[in-house]
Amino acid sequence: MAITGVILIGFVIGHLVGNLQVFQDPDHLNGYAAFLHHLGPLLWVARIGLLLAVVIHIWAATVLTLENHAAREVKYGVKHTIQATLSSRLMRWTGVVVLAFLLYHLAHFTLGFVQVATFKENLQLYTMSGDYRVAGFPVVKAGAEVLDVRTMVILGFQQPVVALFYLVAVGLLSLHLLHGFDSLFQTLGWRSEKWARALRAIVIVFCAAYFFLNATIPASVLLGRLKVAEPVHPAAQR
Amino acid sequence: MAQLDSKVPSGPLADKWRKHKTEIKLVNPANKRKYEVIVVGAGLAGSSAAATLAELGYKVKNFVFHDSPRRAHSIAAQGGINAAKNYQNDGDSVYRLFYDTIKGGDYRSREANVHRLAEVSVNIIDQCVAQGVPFAREYGGLLANRSFGGAQVSRTFYARGQTGQQLLLGAYSALSRMIGAGAIELHTHSEMLDLVIVDGQAKGIIVRDLITGEISRHAADAVVLATGGYGNVFNLSTYARGSNVTAIWRAYKRGACMANPCYTQIHPTCIPVTGDYQSKLTLMSESLRNDGRIWVPKRKEDRLKPPASIPEADRDYYLERIYPSFGNLCPRDVASRAAKRVCDEGRGVGETGLGVYLDFAEAIGRLGEAAVRERYGNLFDIYHEITAESAYQQPMRIYPAVHYTMGGLWVDYNLMSNVPGLFVLGEANFSDHGANRLGASALMQGLADGYFVIPYTIGDYLAGQKPGSRPSADGPEFKAAEENVRSATSRLLGIKGKEPVSHFHKRLGKIMWEHCGMARTRAGLEEALKMIPALREEFWANVNVPGSAATLNQALEQAGRVGDFLEFGELLCLDALKREESCGGHFREEYQYPDGECKRDDTNFGHVAAWEYQGPGRAPLRNIEPLNYEFVKMSVRNYK
Amino acid sequence: MVAETTAKTLNVTLRVWRQAGPDAPGTFVDYAARNLSSNMSFLEMLDVVNDELTMKGEEPIAFAHDCREGICGTCSCTINGKPHGPGHGIATCQTYMRSFQDGDTIVVEPFRARAFPLVKDLVVDRSAFDRIIQAGGFITARTGSAPDANAIPVPKTDADLAMDAAACIGCGACVAACKNASAMLFVSAKVSQLGLLPQGQPERDHRVLAMVGTMDALGFGNCTNQYECSAACPKTISHDFIARMNRDYLKASVRAAFKPVAAGASGGAG
Repeated sequence: MAITGVILIGFVIGHLVGNLQVFQDPDHLNGYAAFLHHLGPLLWVARIGLLLAVVIHIWAATVLTLENHAAREVKYGVKHTIQATLSSRLMRWTGVVVLAFLLYHLAHFTLGFVQVATFKENLQLYTMSGDYRVAGFPVVKAGAEVLDVRTMVILGFQQPVVALFYLVAVGLLSLHLLHGFDSLFQTLGWRSEKWARALRAIVIVFCAAYFFLNATIPASVLLGRLKVAEPVHPAAQR
Repeated sequence: MAQLDSKVPSGPLADKWRKHKTEIKLVNPANKRKYEVIVVGAGLAGSSAAATLAELGYKVKNFVFHDSPRRAHSIAAQGGINAAKNYQNDGDSVYRLFYDTIKGGDYRSREANVHRLAEVSVNIIDQCVAQGVPFAREYGGLLANRSFGGAQVSRTFYARGQTGQQLLLGAYSALSRMIGAGAIELHTHSEMLDLVIVDGQAKGIIVRDLITGEISRHAADAVVLATGGYGNVFNLSTYARGSNVTAIWRAYKRGACMANPCYTQIHPTCIPVTGDYQSKLTLMSESLRNDGRIWVPKRKEDRLKPPASIPEADRDYYLERIYPSFGNLCPRDVASRAAKRVCDEGRGVGETGLGVYLDFAEAIGRLGEAAVRERYGNLFDIYHEITAESAYQQPMRIYPAVHYTMGGLWVDYNLMSNVPGLFVLGEANFSDHGANRLGASALMQGLADGYFVIPYTIGDYLAGQKPGSRPSADGPEFKAAEENVRSATSRLLGIKGKEPVSHFHKRLGKIMWEHCGMARTRAGLEEALKMIPALREEFWANVNVPGSAATLNQALEQAGRVGDFLEFGELLCLDALKREESCGGHFREEYQYPDGECKRDDTNFGHVAAWEYQGPGRAPLRNIEPLNYEFVKMSVRNYK
Repeated sequence: MVAETTAKTLNVTLRVWRQAGPDAPGTFVDYAARNLSSNMSFLEMLDVVNDELTMKGEEPIAFAHDCREGICGTCSCTINGKPHGPGHGIATCQTYMRSFQDGDTIVVEPFRARAFPLVKDLVVDRSAFDRIIQAGGFITARTGSAPDANAIPVPKTDADLAMDAAACIGCGACVAACKNASAMLFVSAKVSQLGLLPQGQPERDHRVLAMVGTMDALGFGNCTNQYECSAACPKTISHDFIARMNRDYLKASVRAAFKPVAAGASGGAG
């Protein structure tokens, strides 16, 4: 669980950093998306890797849960919690909701099963106004015609129900991480007497930041702070 | 009449054990596995013996009435373990430890045994450290020591306030290793209810499984009892509730002599009784007396007043007054008796009148509360837990309580009783502490017996037994003993009287405490000797033991043990009556110096009294083993 | 102020799990416990209730207990859902009736775990702990073979930490409190104690692998890092030892996979 957890935490961090480019001009998010697509086989390696991590994570959780249930055949008459955190006690449920959200999220932005009209492939292509660079190398050149992912995202979040679901899901994911991230240090034996408190503080700050940064995207859309960019005539730029 | 040959080797004191080890018989390594040894009990003595005998190659069966060998009451010892390591360079030596123990025991122990104890004490520490016992250490990584129980050298090794626990867990781990290796067969929840004698030798035991009620017979080439002390004959004590006399009492009834049962140790600093529901007295470490001042009001009328309202002039710091040089640090027996005296005068504090103040106000004023907290914080916490009082704000109330028993089954130098093949270790035997045990010596004796004495001496006996000569557990002696156990069990269940077992235990405890406690008199003991048989009769007519014999039945277990205490208590009082002197833990009011100190009678009582059972309804026989002091001169203990 | 004047009398209802044996059906039974002193310990209260039951001709409640001073680890019971009752860092035997209010209903249950099968009423069989120790919770040191106790210095900080771990009384409250009935705190305390000391190094890898393997085989649950164990522990043993054991376990597993084995390792001296 801990090892797949590390992989998945790495992914959600990367995902968030990528997504935050939505606040920059459309070249960034769209260029980033095009760059990922251009990776080709590498993208598939990453996708399969992530899928495996998710499957193993869920499989391990299921096995652990079944074993743990079996370890106490007769339950207590009085249920009592001394100090276990809410997030640790809700792991199973937050996990399930996050999984449901993940499937919806993929259907929404990757596969286009929901909100078909505003799915990226059904939108007008976007023309890059500048180069998209990764580590200084231009990976998507200016003038390239790419999918308009940014518009898709913004149009998607303009639906309050969609935005709300996203907010709730990200909230639960943060709660999941609050225990999961902390827990992995314990499971892998990296947690030590001396910095357990500091570690906990880091995890709390991380989870809070993760939630707020993720939440800014739908929140900004709903508040009208983030709008679809007006199609700009290339000539008008100068 | 029993033959009491102490088998003490001849020669200079310091050479006896070495010489003995080279002279006693050995068992051929290939033959060891052909011998089976039963070890009853898994405290310090039992588990160390079982583990070591198994390491030597003997087949061992270990029986404990607890659910795990780690629960034995050795675990509750707090203070520490003595050893003559002289790591502190303060002049300690084997001889000094020997001498202190002999003197502390008020010259009523065997010189050779005590010297051996002091000799092997150093090996015990080595052994325990190798097992991973986390003794306290100095910053340089070497072992720390403290001075304990008024000793003039720092020879006590300790692991916080849990030394007994750590030593027991060390021995338990050695035991567990050998169980895991298949060399020891462990029987938990198994109470020994009879000893089987075949042709005059101990060859097995009868055991009741406390969970299933099954009664089983077990044969062996030798039987080792390490079943602890009998302090619960007083009902209220610092012992665990399960501690009992049953194993050694039943062995006594099969012919083993019971030595010096009247030597009981009363610890001065325990939390007083609060009500008749009480089941247990909790010890507060003796170290509290280093900074606490003990007092009672001068006038009876003040005893229920809030202590803070009693002015200095109206307080009696009686230990400081009577023993100006040792003051609050005088030995256990002396401090205990002094507390009893002031309470008898009607000046005891608390509602029951059985308590004295242990006051830290002066120490807090002198050192500050933080320093006192650092030294005694955990003890103050325990006190608060039990009494809901803060010892920082008001004095503690303490009172003496039964804590250890020096008497037990008689054993020779080889730790074998007068019944061949029956060995007795630790608190269950009488051997090393004389009439009074020094602090931090109980752990030392338990481990000395188990790790370093019995592994040698049992060979001397077994070498004389033909391999394979062990009788069958189906023999007539075994069947008869089993029948004996069965009938006793059904008798208890069949009485169906009105009183629960605990009521009888409480009543016996009251008789013992009042008549045979800290101070004993001829009249009081004679009175007790009338009351106990009457109570016993009532018990067998009116006890109510509910439930059946075929399941876990704690009332039945308790009934069996209390039934034995009701017999044993009588012997204890008889021994106290017949020992017409005062020594150590045995204080007869008739025999004291004008200042209240023990007046020994070395001429008439410089001996071990070993009682021999003569059958039901018949007075036991008082055998004597003279104590010949070859190396030390008996003198008067003086702590003024 | 004198203690006795602070003693209050209280009446409570006990709701106790009664079960005649492992295979018998169990149920909660209510008992009225009257005129109790607040200075009574919880177990003394059970003594009183049991004496009353005995006098009424009913079978007393079976409960495990021995030293009654919080060190032997025999007493168990879950009181109102918490192993060893409402206090922190104490065992059931150190719980006093003053922790309860007049009129309270107190629910008393046995420790619940598949690895601790029920024996009767409130008594469970915790021999699984012994089996874990037998698998490796020791340092092999034959009696008589030890070097001088001061031959190997042990840093004071290590010795103190080892002592923190060694304070475990083996009561099983960690298992009882754990949502998953895991024995990690118990096992990690012993693994850490011996692993912290130089004497424990030669068997360090074998010890952790064998003890964890035995623990798993005995049907304890898994650790989900909720730390209910250390919160319920009467000796407040830290769950940091679990992290330490996890680290040891990982290292030992990796080393075990690569460590060369001597050709003659399995054979005896012949």
